[in-house]
Amino acid sequence: MENEIQDTSRRRFLNWFLGTSSGALLASIFYPVLRFISPPEVPEASTNQVEAGATNDPELLENGYKIIRFGVEPVILVRVADSDFRAFAGTCTHLDCIVEFQKDKKRLWCNCHNGEYNLHGQQVAGPPPKPLEPFQVDLVYKGAGEPQSIVVSRA
Amino acid sequence: MDYIDKARSWLDARLPVSEAREFAAKKTVPVHRYTVLYYLGGMTLFFFIVQVVTGILLMLYYRPSAEEAFESVEFLMTTVPFGWLIRSVHSWSANLMVFFAFVHLATVYFTKAYRKPREVTWITGCLLLFLAMGFGFSGYLLPWNQLAFFATKVGTDIAGAVPLVGEWTLRFLRGGERVTGGTLSRFYGWHVAILPAVTVVLLGAHLLLVQIQGMSVPPKQEEEASRRRPMKFFPNFALRDLFGWVLALGVLAAIAALFPWELGEKADPFAPAFKDIRPEWYFMFMFETLKLVPGGEILGIEYEAIPILFFSLAGLLLMLVPFLDLKVNRTGDSPLFTWIGVLALVYIVGMTAWGYRSLVPVYIVLLTGVVMAVLGYGTRRVPRRESK
Repeated sequence: MENEIQDTSRRRFLNWFLGTSSGALLASIFYPVLRFISPPEVPEASTNQVEAGATNDPELLENGYKIIRFGVEPVILVRVADSDFRAFAGTCTHLDCIVEFQKDKKRLWCNCHNGEYNLHGQQVAGPPPKPLEPFQVDLVYKGAGEPQSIVVSRA
Repeated sequence: MDYIDKARSWLDARLPVSEAREFAAKKTVPVHRYTVLYYLGGMTLFFFIVQVVTGILLMLYYRPSAEEAFESVEFLMTTVPFGWLIRSVHSWSANLMVFFAFVHLATVYFTKAYRKPREVTWITGCLLLFLAMGFGFSGYLLPWNQLAFFATKVGTDIAGAVPLVGEWTLRFLRGGERVTGGTLSRFYGWHVAILPAVTVVLLGAHLLLVQIQGMSVPPKQEEEASRRRPMKFFPNFALRDLFGWVLALGVLAAIAALFPWELGEKADPFAPAFKDIRPEWYFMFMFETLKLVPGGEILGIEYEAIPILFFSLAGLLLMLVPFLDLKVNRTGDSPLFTWIGVLALVYIVGMTAWGYRSLVPVYIVLLTGVVMAVLGYGTRRVPRRESK
């Protein structure tokens, strides 16, 4: 009788021992793998100001807008009137597509899901949940007879 | 339990599960003084599995282009958590896999396990070894460092010396005249798509044949094996196998962590090659042989081509051994083939040692022999004591 009790407890100990070591083994495999597959944070150089070209840029004159590289983000620069330029984050707040400016309809438009914003970046129609983040636009005097230069900066 | 039974009968109605279970329950492994050698193929398989897993993980960060390959590996090793470990495990495990494949081949050869009816198993095994060497050669270039770049230049240039097909082979391997980013894309394609696909088919055939035919008993051990009770595959052999794999994983992790694989400097096609440009150790004996051959040509064939043709022929003959060694099927022994094997082994080990100007390769082979002997003694089947 006593022997039987001893046997059970020895068996229980061995089972516990085997289970724990198997668990530790699996953890020591899966922990590095899980850490490995989660991408590390890579710091991006932060951009605060970008020179976006001259006011008479042919692309701006023809289409009324252009997408500029603000560091790694796309920013949409819109020519509303001769000296009225506006800039917004170029990424639609709905599902990450890049918006465009429709000159004839005077609106910012996202082709992916028909999202519509007015010229203040506010969502007007379609699925976008939030307005486009506005950027500050300054015109810099470059000298007599030279076109002004457009400078976009974080608002 | 009820659910397990239900699941089993569900599967049973669709697949021959019961038959497979019955087969597994009945499967046995012969027991004799060389039973320990039966674990070597499984050990090679274990390192192959490690290669598949770590290789897939590396693909998450690796970028196969001359502009980005080195940088992506550098990023992997310095910034990605445990990236250095995954890469180090992949490199070390690759070498261990090739090493065990060689040991497996040698033991199968010397125990004459290639004889009838296992000819096809032998051929698929030889092809798998050649594939492993192809994996090694193509994988060597992928970090795009100086050593890899020059070793690949040399390795592919060697192929160019072969008469008739050499020039085509060289262009085919390099994807052009030179080793460029195009070669890297090509080697990457071989390494992660073509070779794995072929390997899966051959490995499947190899393992299936081993299951169907069971383990071969060396002719000289047949009497002993018939005297001793065979070991059940489940659980006795499988658990020993598993124990070996856990041990191998531990050793692999320790080596990979203590001796992380180096990255070196980025490949520069316009920098002079440094000293010690050499291939992986398993190409060393061929590389060293080529170094001994002087320049010149005979009958329009470069001297260099002679050892290349010789090694190609040797590889072919190795695959054909089951069809050349007919004596072993008749008499159960073929000393001639044993002696050819001994000579080949001495040549390979000797040339490798000569190539490294070091006796370490000799020690490794001797150590392997001692370890196998100790393990063979340690895992021998002790007869059960008669119960009173």
